[in-house]
Amino acid sequence: MVVRSISGSQSRYRAFKMTFIYIVLAVGMVIVILPFLWMVSTSLKTPADIFKIPTVWIPDPIVWANYPNAMTILPFGRFILNTAKITGLAVVGATLSGSLAAFAFARLRWRGRNFMFVLVLSTLMLPFQVIMIPQFILFRELEWLDTYLPLVVPAFFGGSAFNIFLLRQYFMTISPELDDAAIIDGCSRFGVYWRIILPLSKAALMTVVIFIVQNRWQSFLVPLIYLFDQKKYTLALGLRLFQDQYTTEWELMMAAATVSMIPVLLVFYYGQRYFIQGVVFTGVKG
Amino acid sequence: MATLQDHIAATSARTRQRPWYHLNGEERLAWLLVLPWIIGFVAFQLGPMLASLGLSLTEWRMFTPPKFIGLANYAEMISGDPLVFQAFKVTTIYSVTSVPLRIALGVLVALLLNASVRGLAFIRTVYYLPATVSGVAVAMVWLLILNGDFGLLNRALSLLGLEGPYWLTDTRTVLASFVLMSLWSVGAGIIIYLAGLQGVPNELYEAAEVDGAGDWVMFWKITIPMISPVLFFQFVIGMIDALQEFAGPFIMTQGGPGNASLFVMLYLFRQGFEFFQMGYASALAWVLFVYIMLLTLFIIRSSAVWVYYEGEVKGN
Repeated sequence: MVVRSISGSQSRYRAFKMTFIYIVLAVGMVIVILPFLWMVSTSLKTPADIFKIPTVWIPDPIVWANYPNAMTILPFGRFILNTAKITGLAVVGATLSGSLAAFAFARLRWRGRNFMFVLVLSTLMLPFQVIMIPQFILFRELEWLDTYLPLVVPAFFGGSAFNIFLLRQYFMTISPELDDAAIIDGCSRFGVYWRIILPLSKAALMTVVIFIVQNRWQSFLVPLIYLFDQKKYTLALGLRLFQDQYTTEWELMMAAATVSMIPVLLVFYYGQRYFIQGVVFTGVKG
Repeated sequence: MATLQDHIAATSARTRQRPWYHLNGEERLAWLLVLPWIIGFVAFQLGPMLASLGLSLTEWRMFTPPKFIGLANYAEMISGDPLVFQAFKVTTIYSVTSVPLRIALGVLVALLLNASVRGLAFIRTVYYLPATVSGVAVAMVWLLILNGDFGLLNRALSLLGLEGPYWLTDTRTVLASFVLMSLWSVGAGIIIYLAGLQGVPNELYEAAEVDGAGDWVMFWKITIPMISPVLFFQFVIGMIDALQEFAGPFIMTQGGPGNASLFVMLYLFRQGFEFFQMGYASALAWVLFVYIMLLTLFIIRSSAVWVYYEGEVKGN
């Protein structure tokens, strides 16, 4: 390495460049955050404050009552419970069936393995819009309409190929010598999955769980197709109903939107390490 | 250890000689573990996919038995239903504007973050936040932001002395509104591009610097080629996603004004689940699928020109 002496003009150029970068990044961050602030601010306003010019950022008075009002106009407590139930079941089903299949692909030797794995990957290309209508007809024949079964049962049958792929890739990074040692010690192959691979894959499992939670909590099209009875509505359908019926009550709508986003943001905040790993893992390596 | 490997070698030797239906314990377990996925694949994906192709050749309104009408649904789409063309036009304009802009913006922010800024983790988290939320709640917030009379966007524009349009009810700006909205959630891309940038070996830049290359030249001759596989992958995924846009237009405009935001998925949903034209909707789904495949194929074909894979040997 040649050590270069940094002349005055070069270091000034660098300082200028870094200042410029920080300013642009800061402006960008403000733009990114503003919609959230605007949402929360509006959710605490009186209707009059919403229309006021210049913009009121910190409402006076702060109308905390908007939150209980929004939550009780429609049974949002029930919607949240419904969504939590669906999300929870989907998480259990997809991680269980997905990790079992991923284990077979990563760790077991069997004829047909490569073919099956390519088949799994190819379903990533399968478009939901094409299977949406026949699925609806199938579930209607099974008399599953207006139940949670269409939303939950598919998760127990492998879930998304994406999860299988992500878990399989992760399992491959665990040293196979651990398996061999365990088998010599009398562990069954299933025992290897349960006692060795799963405990060592907490990070990958967390990533999968976070993806599923984020996806299911906010999913709109599928519940929209299958759920009719308001008592069974998910949060997304409830919000939609709210928006339809109380079009002009922005403060209540924003309160409901804020409440619905909190769990997703919390899951992201606490799991962001796994989350960012997962995004990079699937986005860069494809 | 050696005995175990002998055992494995012996097993795999036997594997080759056995007829296909003779499974050893390991293979039986493997198929058992993959079985749920196989059942799900056949019942919920492959089966419906084939059924959909059949359905697209029928007229079926759910309450009467389906009637075979050959390719009439497809013919109707081409010659008898101007909304199909409109829907594909709208969706295509949206996708080809939003996806490249999202990539450009994502790369730009990733480049800034890659300049060894302090507080990287925090800044990255902030930029990622909008990507964590989606669907109805986001659509509601943007409905308020884009409101012509008291929305946040027009308030900001008025500070600059500009009078903003009625974004969502003006045929000229409604698609731009959706593009703008899609730019907000560019965070996932930023993280991916940043990882790509960090993977570019520093020696390349050092060598170029010795040769007297400036920032701009290095960006186009080193950075872009080195991350082009990532850009390519994101472009393909982004297009597939954008062509299936649904929740935003469904909640915010219902396809209006005057069908100016009639996305294909919205029209498909309407045909299938509002008019119960299951046959026609299936045909529409297949056309969208083929359209997505063709576009993807086109992008892949063109990628030979602009995507650089390290280790790839190119002939003359």
